[in-house]
Amino acid sequence: MLPLVAQRVALGLLTLLAVSVLVFAGTEILPGDVATAILGQSATPEAVEAIRRSLGLEEPAALRYWHWLAGFLHGDLGNSLANGRPIIEQLDFRLKNTLFLASAAASVAVPLSVGLGILAAINQNGSFDRIVNIVSLSAISLPEFFIGYVLILLLAVKLDWFPSLSAISPEMSFGERLYDIALPAATLTLVVLAHMMRMTRAAIIGVMSHPFIEMAFLKGLPRWRIIVQHALPNALAPIINVVAINLAYLVVGVIVVEVVFVYPGIGQLMVDAVSKRDVPVVQACGLIFAGTYVGLNLLADILAILSNPLLRVPK
Amino acid sequence: MTDEILRITDLRIAARTEEGEEKILVQGIDLTLHRGEVLGLIGESGAGKSTIGLAALAYARPGCTIIGGEIRYAGTDIRTLSRRERRRLRGRRIAYVAQSAAASFNPAKSLYRQVCEMPVRHGLMSYAEAKKAAAQLFAELDLPSPETFGERYPHQVSGGQLQRAMVAMAMSCRPDILVFDEPTTALDVTTQIEVLAAIRKLVRDHRTAGLYISHDLAVVAQVAQRIMVLRHGRMVELGEAAQILHEPREEYTRRLVSVRAAAAPPAEAAVAERGERLLELNALGAAYGRLRVLKDVTFSVRRGETVAVVGESGSGKSTLARVVCGLREPAGGSVRFRGELLPPTLSLRSRDQLRRIQMIYQMPDMALNPRQRVSEILGRPLSFYFGWPRAKVTARVEALLRMIDLPVEFAARRPGELSGGQKQRLCIARALAAEPDLVICDEVTSALDPLVAEEILKLLGRLRDETGVAYLFITHDLGTVRRIADRVAVMLQGAVVAEGPLAQVFSPPYHPYTEALLASVPEMRLDWLDDTLRRRAGRQGAEGPVIGAAAADRFALGT
Amino acid sequence: MRLLGHRLSGGAAVGFAIILANIVAISFARWIAPYGEADLVGDVWAPPSGADWLGLDNLGRDMFSRLLFGGQTSVSLALLITALSFSLGIVMGFTAATTNRWIDAALSRLVDIIMAIPQLILALMVLSVLGTSIPVLIGTIAILDSTRVFRLSRAVAMNITVMEYVEAARLRGEKLWWIMRREVLPNALPPLIAEFGLRFCFTLLFIASLSFLGLGVQPPEADWGSMVRDNATAINFGGIAPLVPAAAIALLTIGVNLVVDWFLSIHGRAHGEGA
Repeated sequence: MLPLVAQRVALGLLTLLAVSVLVFAGTEILPGDVATAILGQSATPEAVEAIRRSLGLEEPAALRYWHWLAGFLHGDLGNSLANGRPIIEQLDFRLKNTLFLASAAASVAVPLSVGLGILAAINQNGSFDRIVNIVSLSAISLPEFFIGYVLILLLAVKLDWFPSLSAISPEMSFGERLYDIALPAATLTLVVLAHMMRMTRAAIIGVMSHPFIEMAFLKGLPRWRIIVQHALPNALAPIINVVAINLAYLVVGVIVVEVVFVYPGIGQLMVDAVSKRDVPVVQACGLIFAGTYVGLNLLADILAILSNPLLRVPK
Repeated sequence: MTDEILRITDLRIAARTEEGEEKILVQGIDLTLHRGEVLGLIGESGAGKSTIGLAALAYARPGCTIIGGEIRYAGTDIRTLSRRERRRLRGRRIAYVAQSAAASFNPAKSLYRQVCEMPVRHGLMSYAEAKKAAAQLFAELDLPSPETFGERYPHQVSGGQLQRAMVAMAMSCRPDILVFDEPTTALDVTTQIEVLAAIRKLVRDHRTAGLYISHDLAVVAQVAQRIMVLRHGRMVELGEAAQILHEPREEYTRRLVSVRAAAAPPAEAAVAERGERLLELNALGAAYGRLRVLKDVTFSVRRGETVAVVGESGSGKSTLARVVCGLREPAGGSVRFRGELLPPTLSLRSRDQLRRIQMIYQMPDMALNPRQRVSEILGRPLSFYFGWPRAKVTARVEALLRMIDLPVEFAARRPGELSGGQKQRLCIARALAAEPDLVICDEVTSALDPLVAEEILKLLGRLRDETGVAYLFITHDLGTVRRIADRVAVMLQGAVVAEGPLAQVFSPPYHPYTEALLASVPEMRLDWLDDTLRRRAGRQGAEGPVIGAAAADRFALGT
Repeated sequence: MRLLGHRLSGGAAVGFAIILANIVAISFARWIAPYGEADLVGDVWAPPSGADWLGLDNLGRDMFSRLLFGGQTSVSLALLITALSFSLGIVMGFTAATTNRWIDAALSRLVDIIMAIPQLILALMVLSVLGTSIPVLIGTIAILDSTRVFRLSRAVAMNITVMEYVEAARLRGEKLWWIMRREVLPNALPPLIAEFGLRFCFTLLFIASLSFLGLGVQPPEADWGSMVRDNATAINFGGIAPLVPAAAIALLTIGVNLVVDWFLSIHGRAHGEGA
């Protein structure tokens, strides 16, 4: 089993490397030219040339990639094209904010959705299950901004329970910050809740057709116990996978939600950078998002291996 | 006998289809069971045997409902009990042994956890006590190192051991009734004996009553005192085991008995060599990575001849079929066909070479495209190999359908609308449409009920006589071999251990493995199991029973 | 009610109704819409009234009319992109599943790497370099989306190619193309049709999200996503203006999802009986 985990980790690192190449290549080798992007189409060739030289664009792409990656590993993300300041300065505070928001949402969404999924499976085809099915099927279809604006309209504007904008700052206390992000965190939770719950239910029900479940019924066990003790352990791998996919999705969904709530996170930063065509910032944010995504999937793979008795206990 | 433990009267069970129509599965079944008695339930698929077995636990599979009748356990109708009361009965008073232990054990939990679950959950024992009791049952069932056996996970023990562990699990609450649902069907013949012997010993020692469900009369006769024959959810006949076996009253039972008995006597083989050599295998080898699955296989098939390749699972017989038809590249040796060397892979063979070797599969369901009509399925080889115009193809398709005794109107149907036997006929017709010299039959009857299998074998025999085609017949069933083969090759772990005319291979002096295989096939007499066990014990003495994988190792060394 | 020989569930009926209503409204927008796309008809964010029953937008244009015209852009873009990504994904997926091992490995690894990055992130990076224009949008999303279609069609084709009827065709000596067309495709169709519905929903939401972020459809062109963006601030005054286009997106997605759900359920049990 250990070799299998090591193999997964190695594969994960390789994927990260490949992803960094893609992030770099995607922004540097595409026909668009950074220098022209900065100066606009009407720039004189001389000005473009000067910029290219100052950015080191004269060097071959492979060498530039190497410098970029080495810098990244040392925490040097280069400078923003828009304001010339080191990217790390803007990123530090915002990255923490984004992680704060995402983990707040995840810590509610994961237990809630897995629990509801198990309940729906226990109650399969019952009224609770049917209601949950229709509601969650509809919820999957809702765009993040729709959920976000509905929450603002109801809970911030009409009822005035929560702030509609989540402009948090470093000097706020933990409690204040938590209160401030209530609405964006709730939005994110709702976005991933339905999907995770449906997949948890489907994973358990998928296991329910196995003969060993029928055996458990014939042993005289009650349904809830069969689901919790016999079905759930065998549905863990797919559930872990779904949770990972949704956490990864949550990290991405954060971008839209941050814009809705004008929340100072890395998603906002990236969107701004894209509209300003500030390529180094886009690269840095992209690599961070992609890295988190790869990391979460890797973690899920490893947990799934650990949860599988066929792999955990050798033959 | 007055100590009646189970009485079922007028049991009716129905299934609801997706369209909401009701389909009767079991109709008007009456049966009684006494303490210490085993009643055999026998029938083909769809006879309702498992459904009745489960009903004894007041359980109906999803979609099915018990719609009428009484199921009295020790006097109380368990249908009238509350859900909780029924649960208290299941496993504790009436326990179930499923067909496939591999699928019926939870892969995520150790055997101890599962075997001890019932006594602990029913509040009979603490976990520690249950473990001790389980270890004792493991010992009674001849399982290796009974103290630690339960610490393993299902995937860590062999199929025969797992099936015995399932029996131990069912016995864990010392129930009054055990329902055995084809407990040996999924096992190889040599493993079947050990499980059968263990079950019988346990039932006798504990005076447990049992319902023993099987499709094999000879197997049931070894454990059951009385046998009930079922068909389409109704009872055909009920009687003492000896009476059913030797003097069946009903026509259907007689057919079942005769199909099974037909396999028993060694055939008087036509030792006469048939035609010229059609297929010659010379020192053929094959490997999956470093694992050698075929070793130096050498034998030949003559024109119009049926050569059976027989062996247990993992013997390499199916790999042999794949190498011959070009799906798998050999790792050594050669395949000659009509005197020419056959190219190793499909893509290198000519269309004519492909046409002359056809294949029929075990599962007709998977071998027929569900979205094509019968006319396309049979017509394609004709237009592909012979380039015939449409009218000629249509005429030939009709002729082929007549040849396999199917109505001509079936040309417009799809495989989903045919029965299992009809689908297999269709596969035969598709193979013969190409007018081949050799047809490879890969376990073509093992997924079918005995009566249907019998018809398929007859059809294959008739078609061979009509067309002069040769069969390479892959099977694990010695009965089938006796019915159809001219020559036999017995395979063990990738090697042919015995080869020759049927009568020669299947009569003394045997190769020891052939003898073990032959001795493991249940025979249609009540004392077969006793005889076999006694003979074994006598021969092997202090070594103890050597069966299954252990046997394979020993016999392989002897080659 | 029955369709394609199967009973229509309540959810599916609602789904079909929603889809049908959308098709009609969008196709005949020019005749249904009470005002032109750019007509200024009243006050900014005027609340719903008899004449403008969804209210007015951030410039005082009729919301209902804008919704119909915006829908044309949203839906046709999503359809076009889904069609493109399907053509690309199915051809690549079937090729990978049925030709040689090296092509499969190369395509699969490439797709693995692309899929290791969240789609939105990759799209944002490409847009930051190429700038936002409709063709760039279509090309980028179609290519990124085709990776998912690739995975599905490859898996479906692989499942079918191990079936013995495909093996029987290979043993007969059939050409690859014939096997794909006659043995594989008919059996692969149902899951692919369902996936088309789901991909369409995803694309519709994806374009809307990009437009909402200001990186999708650019003014003066409008789609449902950019309409949400334009009217976003109304929410702080208790206006529902941004919710109207967002609800339109949600409604159409729910409709398609309901139908796909029904389709998958009949496909699940239609084995053998569907003939």
